[in-house]
Amino acid sequence: MGPNGSGKSTLSYVLSGRAGYEVTQGSATLLGQDLLDMEPEERAALGLFLAFQYPVEIPGVGNMTFLRTAVNSQRKARGEDELSAGEFLKDIRAKAKSLKIDAEMLKRPVNVGFSGGEKKRNEILQMAMLEPKMCILDETDSGLDVDAMKLVAEGVNALRSEGRSFLVITHYQRLLDHIKPDVVHIMADGRIIKSGGPELAIEVENNGYADLLAEVA
Amino acid sequence: MEAARKSALARLQAMGLPQRRDEYWKYTRPDLLITEDVAPAELLILDEAPLFDTVERLKIVFVDGVFDADASDDLSMEGVEISQLKDAPDWAQSLYGVLEENGQTPVKRPLAALNSAKATQGIVIRVFGKASKPVSLIYVRKSETSDVMLHHIIRVEKGADLTILENGPAAARLNTVMEVDIADKGAFHHVRAMGRDHARRAATHIFGRLGHESTFKSFTMTVNGKLTRNEVVLELTGDDAIAHIAGAAMGDGDFLHDDTVFITHDSLNCQSRQVFKKVLRNGATGVFQGKILVKAGAQKTDGYQMSQSLLLDGDSQFYGKPELEIYADDVLCSHGSTTGAIDDEAMFYLQSRGVSKAEAQDLLVLAFLDAAVDEIEDAAIADDIRSRLEGWLARRRD
Ligand SMILES: Nc1ncnc2c1ncn2[C@@H]1O[C@H](COP(=O)(O)OP(=O)(O)OP(=O)(O)O)[C@@H](O)[C@H]1O
Ligand SMILES: [Mg+2]
Repeated sequence: MGPNGSGKSTLSYVLSGRAGYEVTQGSATLLGQDLLDMEPEERAALGLFLAFQYPVEIPGVGNMTFLRTAVNSQRKARGEDELSAGEFLKDIRAKAKSLKIDAEMLKRPVNVGFSGGEKKRNEILQMAMLEPKMCILDETDSGLDVDAMKLVAEGVNALRSEGRSFLVITHYQRLLDHIKPDVVHIMADGRIIKSGGPELAIEVENNGYADLLAEVA
Repeated sequence: MEAARKSALARLQAMGLPQRRDEYWKYTRPDLLITEDVAPAELLILDEAPLFDTVERLKIVFVDGVFDADASDDLSMEGVEISQLKDAPDWAQSLYGVLEENGQTPVKRPLAALNSAKATQGIVIRVFGKASKPVSLIYVRKSETSDVMLHHIIRVEKGADLTILENGPAAARLNTVMEVDIADKGAFHHVRAMGRDHARRAATHIFGRLGHESTFKSFTMTVNGKLTRNEVVLELTGDDAIAHIAGAAMGDGDFLHDDTVFITHDSLNCQSRQVFKKVLRNGATGVFQGKILVKAGAQKTDGYQMSQSLLLDGDSQFYGKPELEIYADDVLCSHGSTTGAIDDEAMFYLQSRGVSKAEAQDLLVLAFLDAAVDEIEDAAIADDIRSRLEGWLARRRD
């Protein structure tokens, strides 16, 4: 958590390898491998996933084609066999259904004309299909109605397991009623200024960031 | 037809061949299309099934610009009369050069006049009713230096429906004219793929006249080729006619593709639509000159013109000249010509899902072209075209 403009999305972008950032200090590793040296697609194949705060619309590329290309590119990069069209279809249908994404939406171009909430659910569908090791969810809850938030939380909880981590960026304690965090970090001005348990999120919800910012000032 | 040829020659002599300084040839140098000597173009050997191979069609084969009866199917099909240009029946003789000559106003098209004056090979088709399968013109090329002229005459009779397919390397230098006369309620569909030999040059003209409630739809795919100038000149002379022209072109390196279109709306409630997409890299050049002329009285005209180019690097270039000239007051016309680069945001999104940079770029290129390919009505033919575009990209990727 952290105030607007504190650097949460920036951190997610840097970790996932978006162009335009220069890392001047520190390191980032996943499963013992140096992330910062890799192309975005290599990071993805290693297991990093970012659910975008603002998912990108790609006219002309079908959602299904996109996901199948993504799944198979990652499998290929890891030296695994590609999924057959049948296997892929079965998998995606089941997962889309649990997120209440209808088949028609899968045929449409990636995120084009999707509502805000549909875009966010589509991000979670991608995560479910790609089964990453490290998932960063950048404000996936914003724009979701109450029921959709529950669906998304269920989607996340279903993936929670040993060997898989989540970094959930949110402004609202509400989401954390559904996704129980192990640790809450507060970011301000590009740094983690405080870490604690779930109670830290409740403190932010009640009092805002003023006190926390004053503590470190 | 001899009289028509003579008059075409006289017209050509009066107008002269295109020159570099001609306004209409500002972006495309005509030199290679008019020189006496024909530079060779190396034959490209491709190890893949020919385009349209799976389409049930009537095949008409030209080898280095000469009709090949043995390689062609029997020219008979129910409701369709097909003959060689040299055996053109009276109706075709009297149409020869007529639409071409109409299309010389207001802009001169000397290469088309040259074709009418000199061409001796071509096909003549007249269709009554719905043709049971497409007529497929296949241009085989065996000679390195073939300089070929073809002149086709097509008459779609009232309520008839015909699809023409064209593909094959054709010639080192190709000049084609297709005159298409569509009667009331007739429909003409055309899908073609330009020759893929890297050094080949081509200047093509389609002259169409559209009757009442008729339909004209043409799509062209161009990958490779040193120089391509495709002109489409249509006259919508009957009310409620529909004309769609689309093109998808991809060029890498020594490549110039020019789409030049002139559509005249001369009737009520007609619709015309142009969708041109070009992907250019390594110094390739794209040109679009498109004009919609709406004559006084052509009310309720709906004219749409879109030409977009995707430049994959800083060495490639695109010149666009979209024009509207409107003399009616109740019309809806939009036009645009844009040039852009690959969308970085979309690239990163795809890469962040594990898609390699090269593959992500290809996906975006195909997505960009798809609005043009989508104009093809027949889904199977459209998919065949898509697979060729994919193949072209994939060959460049590995
Ligand atoms: N490309 C950029 N160039 C310069 N400044 C940038 C750039 N991108 C982001 N910033 C700035 O960096 C700061 C951090 O932005 P970031 O988007 O990471 O914040 P955030 O914590 O995700 O905020 P929010 O909660 O509003 O999503 C902001 O002040 C932002 O304006
Ligand atoms: Mg943010």
